[in-house]
Amino acid sequence: MLKNDKDNVIKFLETNLVPILFVIIIAFALPLSGFSVRYLFNEIIVRLVRNLFLVLALLLPIMAGMGLNFGMVLGAMAGEIGLIFITDWNITGLHGMFLAMILSIPLSILLGWMCGKILNRAKGREMVTSYILGFFMNGVYQLVVLYGMGSVIPIASDSIVLSRGYGIRNAVNLTGIRQSLDKLLPLKIGTTLIPVATFALIAVLCVFIIWFRRTKLGQDMRAIGQDMAVAEASGIDVARTRIISIIISTVLAGFGMVIYLQNIGTMNTYNSHEQVGMFSIAALLVGGASVNRAKIGNAILGVVLFHLMFVISPMAGKNLIGQAQLGEYFRVFVSYGVISISLVLYAIRKQRDKARAGIALADAQEVRD
Amino acid sequence: MKDKSPLLEMRNISKDFFGNSVLKDVSFKLEKGEILGLVGENGAGKTTLMKILFGMTVIRDTGGYSGEIFLEGKPVSYKTPFEALDDGIGMVHQEFSLLPGFTAAENILLNRESTKNNFMTELFGDRMKNLDRKDMRKRALKAIGKVGVQLHEDMLISDMPVGHKQFTEIARELEKDNIKLLVLDEPTAVLAESEAEILLKSMKKLSSEGISIIFISHRLREIINITDKILILRDGRIIQEKPTSSTNISEIAEAMVGRELEVSKREDVRVFDRTFLSVSRLWVNMPGETVRDVSFDVNEGEIFGIGGLAGQGKLGIPNGIMGLFPGGGEIILDGKKIGLNSPRIALDSGMAFVSEDRRDVGLLLDEPLDWNISFTAMQVQNKFLKPIFGNLIKWRDEKAIQNAAKGFIDALEIKCTGYSQKAQELSGGNQQKICLAKAFIVEPRVLFVSEPTRGIDVGAKKIVLDTLIKNNREKGTTIIMISSELEELRSVCDRIAIVDEGKIAGILPATRPAADFGLLMLGTAPVSGGAE
Ligand SMILES: Nc1ncnc2c1ncn2[C@@H]1O[C@H](COP(=O)(O)OP(=O)(O)OP(=O)(O)O)[C@@H](O)[C@H]1O
Ligand SMILES: [Mg+2]
Repeated sequence: MLKNDKDNVIKFLETNLVPILFVIIIAFALPLSGFSVRYLFNEIIVRLVRNLFLVLALLLPIMAGMGLNFGMVLGAMAGEIGLIFITDWNITGLHGMFLAMILSIPLSILLGWMCGKILNRAKGREMVTSYILGFFMNGVYQLVVLYGMGSVIPIASDSIVLSRGYGIRNAVNLTGIRQSLDKLLPLKIGTTLIPVATFALIAVLCVFIIWFRRTKLGQDMRAIGQDMAVAEASGIDVARTRIISIIISTVLAGFGMVIYLQNIGTMNTYNSHEQVGMFSIAALLVGGASVNRAKIGNAILGVVLFHLMFVISPMAGKNLIGQAQLGEYFRVFVSYGVISISLVLYAIRKQRDKARAGIALADAQEVRD
Repeated sequence: MKDKSPLLEMRNISKDFFGNSVLKDVSFKLEKGEILGLVGENGAGKTTLMKILFGMTVIRDTGGYSGEIFLEGKPVSYKTPFEALDDGIGMVHQEFSLLPGFTAAENILLNRESTKNNFMTELFGDRMKNLDRKDMRKRALKAIGKVGVQLHEDMLISDMPVGHKQFTEIARELEKDNIKLLVLDEPTAVLAESEAEILLKSMKKLSSEGISIIFISHRLREIINITDKILILRDGRIIQEKPTSSTNISEIAEAMVGRELEVSKREDVRVFDRTFLSVSRLWVNMPGETVRDVSFDVNEGEIFGIGGLAGQGKLGIPNGIMGLFPGGGEIILDGKKIGLNSPRIALDSGMAFVSEDRRDVGLLLDEPLDWNISFTAMQVQNKFLKPIFGNLIKWRDEKAIQNAAKGFIDALEIKCTGYSQKAQELSGGNQQKICLAKAFIVEPRVLFVSEPTRGIDVGAKKIVLDTLIKNNREKGTTIIMISSELEELRSVCDRIAIVDEGKIAGILPATRPAADFGLLMLGTAPVSGGAE
C-alpha cells in the first residue's frame, strides 16, 4: 500500500514536471522581486483577462488529435483586421469591439478552412506544418496590411495609415474600444479592479467547451484523436471534422485576440499575432497539458504560472544582477524552452508509461519471497 | 419462409487481381436465418468473396468484379461498406478496428451514438446534439446480451484481453437494428475454446431470430457443429455445396485440399543432455497475457511446447523474452546472460520470433515478398550483402535474396504470383507463412513460434509443422512453440509446459495422454508429477 502511494506520487510528479518546475522557479524569484501580494494579484487578474480566452482556443484541436496548433495565429490575424476596420470607421465602445469580433468571423473561417485543408495533407505533422503555415500567412498578412490597405482596400483615417498614403502604421491606437468590455461591469476588491464582464465571457467559453465534449461532434473528434483509420471506417467524415475543429479554434482565437487587444489598448500591427501564438502554446504547456491531452484547468494554471514568471523575472533579474533586460530575454527563451522540453517529455513519458506497469509486477514478485 | 427469393444470392461472381484470377464463377444462395459455412485453403478466395459482397473499396480499386448480387431478390452492387451497412449487412473482419481509449459501449455505438436535441441543433445541425449516455449504455448492454457474454460496457478496450475485443466487435455489428446478414471472417481464430463455444451458441440464437450468417473458419469442428450448409472453395471455384447434415469433417478436409490427408505419426520422445536456454523467474507485462513467475529449461535441439488457455500468459513468454513487452527475470542462453527489454539484443544473441500478431509486428505490408523474407537477416546478420571495394560499400545481393525467397515459396507452398508481389496482397494464411520464412532464413539458434498455424488451413498446417520439424532435425534449431492447440503441440514437441495464471503449472513429455495436460490447464496436477 505504502509502495503504491509512493508510485502515485512519482507518477504525479512526472506528469506535472513542467508546472512544478515553474512553481519552484517562482518560489525562488518571488522574494527577490520584492513585489507586494496586492500588486501580483492585480497582475494575475490582468493576465487572465488578456490571455485565457486565447489559450482556451487551443483545446479543441488537441482533442481531435491535431496537437498544439499554431493555426490560431491565423485567427489572431483575423481579429486584428477586424480591429483595424472598426478603428478606421471610428466605431467605439462595446459596439466597436463586438463588430470587430463579427468582422473577424468570416476571415477566421476562411483561414481556418484553408489551414485545415493543408493539415489534412500533413497528418501526423500538424504542429510543424501549422507553425510554418503561420509564418507564410504572416507574409500574406503583411502584404495585405502594409500595401493593400489604404490603396486597394479603402482606409480613410489618417491616424492609422502611414504618412505615404497606404499601409497601416506599426502601432494602432485602440483608445475607442480600450477596456470597453473590462470596464462594463467593474468590481473593486481592495484596489484591484475585477473585470466581471470579461470573466463572464471566458466562463461562457469554458461552459461551451465542456458542453461541446459531450456532443456528437465532440465525440467524433475524440474518436479521430485516437485512430483516424477506425473513425473513418465507422463512417465519420474525418477530413471534415478535423477542418471543423481548426475552424472553431481560429474563430475563437479571433475573438480572443480582440479581447486581448481591448485590454492592452494599442495594437502592434505586425508582431502581436506571432507572439500570441507562441505564448499561448507555451502557457498551456506550463499548465501541464501535453500534445494529446489538455484541460481547462491546464489553461488557467498555465496562464497564471507563465505570466507570473514574466511579471517577476525582470525585477528579480534587476535586483539579482542589476539587469532588467534579462527578464525580456528570459521570456522568449523560456517560451521556446518550454515548448521543446514538453515535446521531449511527451515522447519519454509515452515510453515510460509502458514500463511502469511492468515494474509493479516485478515488485509484486519480490514481496512474495 | 422459402416462398419467395432467398435473402442473398451471389451469381457467377468472378474476380481477378490484375490478371491473377482468384474467384471463378462463384454462385450460391443463402436463406433467411441460415448459417453458411465458408471453408477453403489459404488463398482460396473466401475473404475476397466477402469483400466483394460488402463493397470494400480495395475491390473497386483493383478493377472491380463481374457477376451479380441479389439481396432479397433485388440486384445490388455496393460501392462502399456504408451502403452495405444501410442494407443490413454487417461484417467482422479478420483484423480488429476498435478505439483503445474508448469504452466498450462507445466502440459498439461508434458513429451511431444516441443523441438528444438542444437549441444549438437548430442552428448548426445534427452534430451538435448531446450524447445520451444513459441510452447508449442501455443499447450497448442489449447488444452485449445478444452476443451472450459477460462484458463490462464501461471497460476501456485497452484493458481488455483479446477475446473480449473480438466480442466487442461482434456486438457492434449486432447493435445495428436493421441487421439481416452477418459476415464473420475467422472470428474464432483469436478465441479460446470456451470463448468460441459462447460465440457459437449466440450465433445459433441469432439465426433462430432470423439473422443469416456467413461463417468463415479453419476449425472444421466448429463448421460442422453450427452451420446449416457448407460451401467449399478451392482455387476460387466452388467444388462442393452440401447441407451440413450430409457431410463430415474428413470429407470437407479432403475436398478442400483436393487430396487425401495423411496423418503423420509422431516419433518417440528424444533424450537430450545439454541445457541450452534457461529461463528463470520471468515476468512480463503484456496486457491480457500477463506472465507472473515462470522458470523452465530447454535443451539444445529440443522442440519445447508451451500451451494453456487464452489469457493465462503463454503468449507473454516469447513476447517478453524477445523484448517486445516490458519484463524482468533471468535468461541464460548457452551459458551467457541475455538482457531483456530490447528486441535488438534478443535478435543479436541468435533468437528469432514468429509473432502471433502478424498484423502488427510481422510484415512490411507495402513491400514485396523477397524483401519481407530477407529483411531481418539483412539487418541483423548482414546476410545477402556483397562487399565491394574491400568492405567499404555493401551491395544487396538481389539474386541471392530472390533465390532464397523462391525456395521458401515452394517449400511452404505460399500462394502468390511471385516473389515480387506485395505482402499486403496475400491472403491472411499466406502472410502467416511469410512470417515463418522470415524467421527460418536467419537460421536462429533458438526459434520462438507463436500460434504458427492460426489461420492456416488444414492442409497447410501439416506443411508448416513439417517445416518446423525439418528445420529442427536438419539444422539443429532449438524450437519453442506456443500454441493453443494441444494436439498440434503433442504431434511435434518433445516436452510441453502448461501455463496457468501466469505460472508454469507443469511440464510433461508430449507422449503423455491429452487428459493429463487438460488437468494441468484446469489447475490440477496429474497424479504422477512432470518430468524435469
Ligand atoms: N489486394 C490484393 N491484390 C492482389 N491479390 C490479392 C489481393 N487481395 C487478395 N489477393 C489474392 O487473392 C487470393 C485470395 O485471397 P483471400 O484473402 O480471399 O484468401 P482467403 O480464402 O481469405 O485465405 P485465408 O484463409 O488465408 O484468409 C490470394 O491468392 C491473394 O494473394
Ligand atoms: Mg481470409
